[in-house]
Amino acid sequence: MTVKEAEYPFLFVGCWELREMLGRSARDEQQLLEMIEEVPLDSIYYHIHSYFLRHKYIAGPYPNDFATWAAIQVRDRVLGEKLSVLNPYDFENLESLRAEIVTIIDEHLSELQVIPRVVYGEPFYFMQSRIIAVPTGLEARTLKEFRDILSRVDVSVIYYHTFEAILRLRRKKGDFTRWMEEQPRFLKLAEGIQKLDPYMTSLESIRQRIVRLCDEALEKEAGV
Amino acid sequence: MSRLDDYRGVVPQGTLDFLKLLAEKVQGKKFINVNSTRLGGGVAEILRSLLPLLQDVGVDARWEVIMGNEEFFNTTKAFHNALQGQEQRISPGMLQTYLEVNQENAKRLSLDADYVLIHDPQPAALIASRPPKGKWIWRCHIDISRPQWKVWNFLRQFVVKYDSAIFSLPRFAQRLPIPQFLIYPSIDPLSDKNRDLSSAEQAQILARLNIPLGKPILLQVSRFDRFKDPLGVIRAYRLVKKHHDVQLVLAGGGATDDPEGEIVLGEIREEARNDPDIHILLLPPDAHLEINALQRAATIVLQKSLREGFGLTVAEAMWKGKPVLGGFTGGITVQLVYGVTGFTVNSVEGTAFRIHYLLDNPEVMAKMGGDAREYVRQNFLITRHLGDWLALLNFGGGKN
Repeated sequence: MTVKEAEYPFLFVGCWELREMLGRSARDEQQLLEMIEEVPLDSIYYHIHSYFLRHKYIAGPYPNDFATWAAIQVRDRVLGEKLSVLNPYDFENLESLRAEIVTIIDEHLSELQVIPRVVYGEPFYFMQSRIIAVPTGLEARTLKEFRDILSRVDVSVIYYHTFEAILRLRRKKGDFTRWMEEQPRFLKLAEGIQKLDPYMTSLESIRQRIVRLCDEALEKEAGV
Repeated sequence: MSRLDDYRGVVPQGTLDFLKLLAEKVQGKKFINVNSTRLGGGVAEILRSLLPLLQDVGVDARWEVIMGNEEFFNTTKAFHNALQGQEQRISPGMLQTYLEVNQENAKRLSLDADYVLIHDPQPAALIASRPPKGKWIWRCHIDISRPQWKVWNFLRQFVVKYDSAIFSLPRFAQRLPIPQFLIYPSIDPLSDKNRDLSSAEQAQILARLNIPLGKPILLQVSRFDRFKDPLGVIRAYRLVKKHHDVQLVLAGGGATDDPEGEIVLGEIREEARNDPDIHILLLPPDAHLEINALQRAATIVLQKSLREGFGLTVAEAMWKGKPVLGGFTGGITVQLVYGVTGFTVNSVEGTAFRIHYLLDNPEVMAKMGGDAREYVRQNFLITRHLGDWLALLNFGGGKN
């Protein structure tokens, strides 16, 4: 059997996040709402997306910092649940995502007589993300190479090509999917990867699932 | 000297490879760290582990220590307490001493570098004599969320001259016109304090320390400092002792910049009242193997701090697979995920209750210890710290 090579190699890029504190904090949900309206978009990015870079191996109880704070620190599970179903992939950019978060909190508060606030818990501390992208120098031309490299690289590579690619670099799909789509025989694999919802799991788990999908495709190709 | 490759088997290979790539852009850059002691305390330990790794990946890293007289260190200890919220009287003479000692050190030290990282308040005023080139970063390791404002305002005049600041927790961030970064401290899994010990080695050390092995050991390792609440630990032990025949070990490491330790040690001895099951160990600053052996021998580890910068002894014990009870303060709350990797406690009674609960449920202790070790592997090892520093240098010290 001949191993088919892709026209362009897949170049693996990893990243490291430096966390910057904005020195602003919210003690109740009204303050949270007002500050979300004002903070830089990099702060929205930090609390919604790069959350996953900080929870590489375990998925947290809620998939973003706003939901987690509302549910755990304020003990307002209703708002926590409303914010947890946000799928950032549904938004064209961070500004429209911010608008949706504001709407959710605003509507929630309009139904309440008293503004929920922190009593025993911690205030919400606004942070922002500074991501440094670093090419690993590793490249794959075949699916087998892709699978082998993906299974051993730093887990930040998964983050960069799934979250960072779409949300800050504004690519329409994750890099893994796009590379697969360029090769007609891997369209189904591309579809499988595209279907994975990274917001419901950890980076390590995404890696394992993609590797499994690759193994299935390789087995199929080999006629096993 | 440690090399990054020594961490194979502890940290995933992909992460080690990535750290080397992260270092490529800052190869050969001069990076000086300045603090106030080479022995004792978490800062010295972190520097002892991190500097060789920085050098290994190609950064020209150096460590300088400021020198000071007794009055200076009394002043900076008072600063330390005031910044952590304890009311202190700071006289104009003490401020003058602080400034003079910093000026003398600025003349003595060569701080010409691409990056200068100044640790804690003691050398913070060195910034007044900064050379024209290089980025200066202030690293605050202590909890300054509720500072005595007079002292913070005095210090702030120096902090604002830095290019950026680093704190251990978001709640420590202040209103400052410079970027403020969050970097958790870390432990070195290969250092004498954390490396694996054979059972023979461990037994030998414990015998030397006169710690019998018959009874479950409750252990607190910390400087003899009121913020660590050693008296509260003894009171919690006494409550537990009614139900379980345990022993308590209070092991304190001294630091050359902490003149208050002896007074607190006297208070602890008085509270212990010659109880044969309370062992008070005054360990020298380099007693790393002794602390390692004690942590491994412990049944439950306590860090019942009332104020804490980060509380690295928590991560050390977690790395050894121990259930840890820690005060609800500072970085302890980040390390102890309640009921998963340990318990945070808010009172003597709460401490006693959780000790009692764990002693009655050994299977919970075993699961908690295992989860604690994994949590440290992911978040609090020196390799993650190295990555944060390299990222900071890559960003030019943080200045936009």
